[in-house]
Amino acid sequence: MHKYYLNHLQELEAEAIFVIREVVAQFDRPAILFSGGKDSIVVTHLARKAFAPAKIPLPLIHIDTGHNFPETMEFRDNLVKRLGIQLIVGSVQESINKGRVKEETGLNASRNALQTVTLLDTIEANKIDAAIGGARRDEEKARAKERFFSHRDEFGQWDPKNQRPELWNIFNGRKHQGEHFRVFPISNWTEMDVWNYIWKENIPIPSLYFAHEREAVYRDNTWMPVSEFLSLREGETIQKKLMRFRTLGDITITGGIESDADTLEKIVMEVAATRSTERGNRGDDKRSENAMEDRKKQGYF
Amino acid sequence: MATNTRELLRFTTAGSVDDGKSTLIGRLLYDSKSIFEDQIDAIRQSSERKGLAHVDLSLLTDGLRSEREQGITIDVAYRYFATPKRKFIIADTPGHIQYTRNMVTGASTANLALILVDARKGIVEQTCRHSYIASLLQIPHIIVCVNKMDLVDYSEEVFNKIVEDYTEFASKLDVTDIRYIPISALNGDNVVNHSEHTKWYHGATLLHELETIHIGSDYNHIDARFPVQTIIRPHSTEHHDYRGYAGRVAGGIFRPGDAVTVLPSGLTSTIKSIDTFEGSIKEAFAPMSVSITLEDDLDISRGDMIVKENNQAEVSQDLDIMMCWLNGKKLQPGSKFYLRQSASEVRSIVKEVLYKMDINQLQRIEDDKEIGMNDIARVKIRTTKPVAYDAYRKNRSTGSVILVDESTNETVAAGMIVE
Ligand SMILES: Nc1nc2c(ncn2[C@@H]2O[C@H](COP(=O)(O)OP(=O)(O)O)[C@@H](O)[C@H]2O)c(=O)[nH]1
Repeated sequence: MHKYYLNHLQELEAEAIFVIREVVAQFDRPAILFSGGKDSIVVTHLARKAFAPAKIPLPLIHIDTGHNFPETMEFRDNLVKRLGIQLIVGSVQESINKGRVKEETGLNASRNALQTVTLLDTIEANKIDAAIGGARRDEEKARAKERFFSHRDEFGQWDPKNQRPELWNIFNGRKHQGEHFRVFPISNWTEMDVWNYIWKENIPIPSLYFAHEREAVYRDNTWMPVSEFLSLREGETIQKKLMRFRTLGDITITGGIESDADTLEKIVMEVAATRSTERGNRGDDKRSENAMEDRKKQGYF
Repeated sequence: MATNTRELLRFTTAGSVDDGKSTLIGRLLYDSKSIFEDQIDAIRQSSERKGLAHVDLSLLTDGLRSEREQGITIDVAYRYFATPKRKFIIADTPGHIQYTRNMVTGASTANLALILVDARKGIVEQTCRHSYIASLLQIPHIIVCVNKMDLVDYSEEVFNKIVEDYTEFASKLDVTDIRYIPISALNGDNVVNHSEHTKWYHGATLLHELETIHIGSDYNHIDARFPVQTIIRPHSTEHHDYRGYAGRVAGGIFRPGDAVTVLPSGLTSTIKSIDTFEGSIKEAFAPMSVSITLEDDLDISRGDMIVKENNQAEVSQDLDIMMCWLNGKKLQPGSKFYLRQSASEVRSIVKEVLYKMDINQLQRIEDDKEIGMNDIARVKIRTTKPVAYDAYRKNRSTGSVILVDESTNETVAAGMIVE
């Protein structure tokens, strides 16, 4: 093999570090959107690499739906302590209390859609001008055309009819007062790349990603974890399962899969062999075919 | 698993509408097993709903078609697949209306262009246009896929004639590596597997070419260039005096001890260390992201470029550029822009339009200098401050610029520095 050559993970890493550095160089108050999921953990890890030996010069923003996996919260708190950086929490419960949003009711009620308002409020309150996220283009049809630097108007909305062309590695972060950017440094990574990278770098991730026993209910082709927010429907029974989660979000909409993958290596093998897309286990995309596109336009992650 | 030694290949696809681009991409994704079951189920169902006998693979990338109908700008959509040898990023650039703009965007990061030709139609105007753009953007490799061979009885004569025509046309272009493959995207001939129907064809299948084409030399490893993105100053007791210049190597190889010059100032120093999160390293080359520390305390800021003392980039306020206009609003004579190149941003003015390109005939248009969306033109630009650059032919990273409108902040043009 050629001596001066990077393998695909090294090249993706170099690209992501470049993008994160561009954000810090081009914006006044950038931040990392931290969901507690593996993608935002990888982005945080890359940010650490981008500015070593200095600390990450960015705060983490966590939008707290109030419906969290306790493991995610613990992981988050340990991480910010370890990195010595600021954590900004936007609370959906607070948005509800203040009357900014109304709690959904009914069978499929979730706080997922409400997050958008809390997120935009948090961005505005903290004068954040660039929010770095862990979204990937391979996740969903609507994301295939997303930019690295994605411009949002003063209402925080994405306008797919008017995206800025993005050429070479020149990123245009110019904006008017009140507008902001979402930036996606791992746009070009696939789920497989993320797992391989976590494995190679041995990045700590929440225990929920590894196979463990837990009580769950089979619903819509996925195992919904039992929590105080889950109400049983007719015909449903609670079962004990050896399972793990492929993505982590709000506990009320994140389903798991049966799995015995309890090491990173086994997870990588499992993902390589899996025949369905990872968001398939998330209730929020199933609502309608264009679910993701619609939420994105409103300013979702 | 061997996955950690994979290389990354970025390619773009071009073809006229209905040449079979979506089908071909779908075929590559499908045959390389990059499609998940729920995605296949979805397109199987849509195919049945439409009354088709086969699974229409073009539906895999069809998100874009409905968007086109809704008037959504879809200049480029990115798709991913991997084989044990390589990971591929496809910049899929659909639509013929804004084709130039879209293809320029997709081509800007590509190592390779797939150009589709319908075997029944042969080389058409659009083939020439796409090839010209691939050459303009200096994509190092072109693969011409002669598609729908099933509709011409897999005829060797038809294929040879197209190869001959294309070779003749391509002699006017600046591309050295062109390959030709007879395929049927619909049936899969010569895409992933060798075809029974083209025994006369002894070349490789498309996937095999994609997996093995040599891309190790696509980066310039000779002329050392390091645009400074930002400066790392930890302010901690442990790293009290640390001052690292963070950036991505744009060309050549840097080593500690190298005598370097900072452009445009011309200040000189020596590389003290090249640092990464894992520690210091002995060599840095494109496209690595690293931090460089220097022996001397110099005044260096974002937008400066570190080069080797004995091999410097050009520095000038006057740039000669081949420009592609990307915006609906026409270029107004004398208007000012922010010019971005590598990490630098300077104000600039388009002083003169030398000529426009007729990219169908590959001729210069000298009597009409009005520049609108999709136009390609040679222009002279004057910047308010000196810029350090290379000719685009020499380095695609330090030789490329974008123009940003001062009032709307939109990216209105892409440019390749001629000299
Ligand atoms: N017979 C035949 N038809 C093809 C082939 N490739 C594509 N087609 C058909 O040509 C039409 C246009 O294909 P599509 O992939 O949508 O073209 P695009 O507009 O370039 O994306 C569709 O009806 C395809 O089924 C091929 O190799 N042979």
